[in-house]
Amino acid sequence: MDITLIWYLVPALVMFCCGVYGFLMRRNMIAMLISLELMLNAVDINFVVFNRYLYPGSMEGWMFTLFGIAIAAAETALAIAIIINLFRVSKNIDVRDTTKMKY
Amino acid sequence: MDYSQFLALKQEIGLLIVFLLVFLYDTFASARAAKAVPGIACVGMLLLTVFGFFQASVPATEAFAGMYFTSPVMVAIKNILNVGVLIVLIQSVKWANSEFTAVRRGEFYELILLTLLGMYFMISSRHFLMFIIGLETASLPLCALVAFDKNRYESHEAAIKYVLTAVFSSAILLMGLSFVYGLCGTLYYEGIYFMVSSNFGVMMAVALAFVIAGFGFKISLVPFHLWTADVYQGAPTSVTSYLSVISKGSAAFAFLVVLTQVFGAIYSQAWEWMLYALIILTITVGNLFAIRQVNMKRFLAFSSISQAGYIMLAVIGDNAMGISALMFYVLVYVFSNLAAFGVIGAIENATGKVDMTDYNGLYKTNPRLSFTMMLAMFSLAGIPPFAGFFSKFFVFTSTLNGTNSVALYVLVLIALINTIISLYYYLLVVKAMFINDSENPISTFRSACTERLGMWICVAGIICLGIVSYFYDYLLTVAA
Repeated sequence: MDITLIWYLVPALVMFCCGVYGFLMRRNMIAMLISLELMLNAVDINFVVFNRYLYPGSMEGWMFTLFGIAIAAAETALAIAIIINLFRVSKNIDVRDTTKMKY
Repeated sequence: MDYSQFLALKQEIGLLIVFLLVFLYDTFASARAAKAVPGIACVGMLLLTVFGFFQASVPATEAFAGMYFTSPVMVAIKNILNVGVLIVLIQSVKWANSEFTAVRRGEFYELILLTLLGMYFMISSRHFLMFIIGLETASLPLCALVAFDKNRYESHEAAIKYVLTAVFSSAILLMGLSFVYGLCGTLYYEGIYFMVSSNFGVMMAVALAFVIAGFGFKISLVPFHLWTADVYQGAPTSVTSYLSVISKGSAAFAFLVVLTQVFGAIYSQAWEWMLYALIILTITVGNLFAIRQVNMKRFLAFSSISQAGYIMLAVIGDNAMGISALMFYVLVYVFSNLAAFGVIGAIENATGKVDMTDYNGLYKTNPRLSFTMMLAMFSLAGIPPFAGFFSKFFVFTSTLNGTNSVALYVLVLIALINTIISLYYYLLVVKAMFINDSENPISTFRSACTERLGMWICVAGIICLGIVSYFYDYLLTVAA
């Protein structure tokens, strides 16, 4: 059985949708951050697979993935730092309770 | 590799030098000498701005295999951003030297200069890899800046909301780009431009919708605006003014470039209608929510959401006049909004009050501040002698330039009706200052000389940009 393009695209899309669902439904900030990572990694899979199967002559997709991983790491580091700061101030990282400013 | 192509990046390198100077000075100066950091940052930025004006006639140049592009339009856009950043830096000096922020004031200036560098690259890029790096360089330091007031809970709450929505929006944008790459096989703007109409289908439409949603978060178009008010309220006032003017303006420029130069070939098939719905929603919802706000920073947040809708009117016309109208609108918006934030910041620094009811009777105690605020509100609302009227006028003209589409006429009509609604809430502020009486008004105080300088520049801009036609003529010749 041949493993074609679609075998990679569907898991990537499922991963992305799981990420969106988790981001909207989970209430713990760390869990939301994990969901965001799922979304970013799904994008990376997409780029690599498109590059490998459709345009094997160039390396644009691979390069994009490398930079995408670095950017995702930077984003996570920053978000974790901000969450730690918030925890120090309020002893709580549940988004249901960070509602001092509304509407 | 041809190293001479680095010469095309004159403005970026200049900004990098200013950043490094501030960074090194802040790192190695003693605690007493570090008081000069805001001054050094302001002077460096002033020099860079002046340097930018000398670059105005630079020929259109490509560098790094077409990944980077500069032309008189790009230089003009960067000059507009420079002027805005300069005013923000000048206005923030007093806040940066205050008791709680003085320890970290160097970081404030370094992060601001770094985000500006990201915006330069975001605007000048002609390849999506470069664009994403610029976008992230612009948005990540901003998250840290929003969390700058370490002792205030609101600052942290705003920062967490901002960082989560920023990452979420970039993830959506990246997903859209990955589909575009799968369909077109390249990430160069030019390459995609030629491939896009022959590959147009459901997948391309979905990809485009993802890209527009990603940008919508950055420019805070409705329905992607929910973070805006909270972040604007929670962030320190200097950061809020930077977010509302520079960050939004640069994202609008980048959006214009991406829509016209990448997806320009499928204008009528796809993005005209997406943008059409977004503009109507943005202007109307922004206006309606602004009416019920009490906190001045929240109020300006919703006002800036509806202004973003007007900015997008220049994009939907899809013609050369739209570019000059967009640049002029952002330039005027820089001066008007920074004047308003200057007044808010000065009052907050002196008394700590930010509610609209606190402004009752301000005219009797601080006539000059109320006058500046009145000019800013009139300009934002678009009352004729001031610059805001002309910028709105040019934006509406560019939307209807050379089109017979009834839909666009309806769009401009809706925008006009919304201008009248916006007049109501802008005048509420003026009424509070000039007519309402107060038991205990804000006492008379003298704002710091840097704050006054910033406000003078803004007032001069609001009055001159409307009357002196040179500025718009210049932007029009550049864009043509």
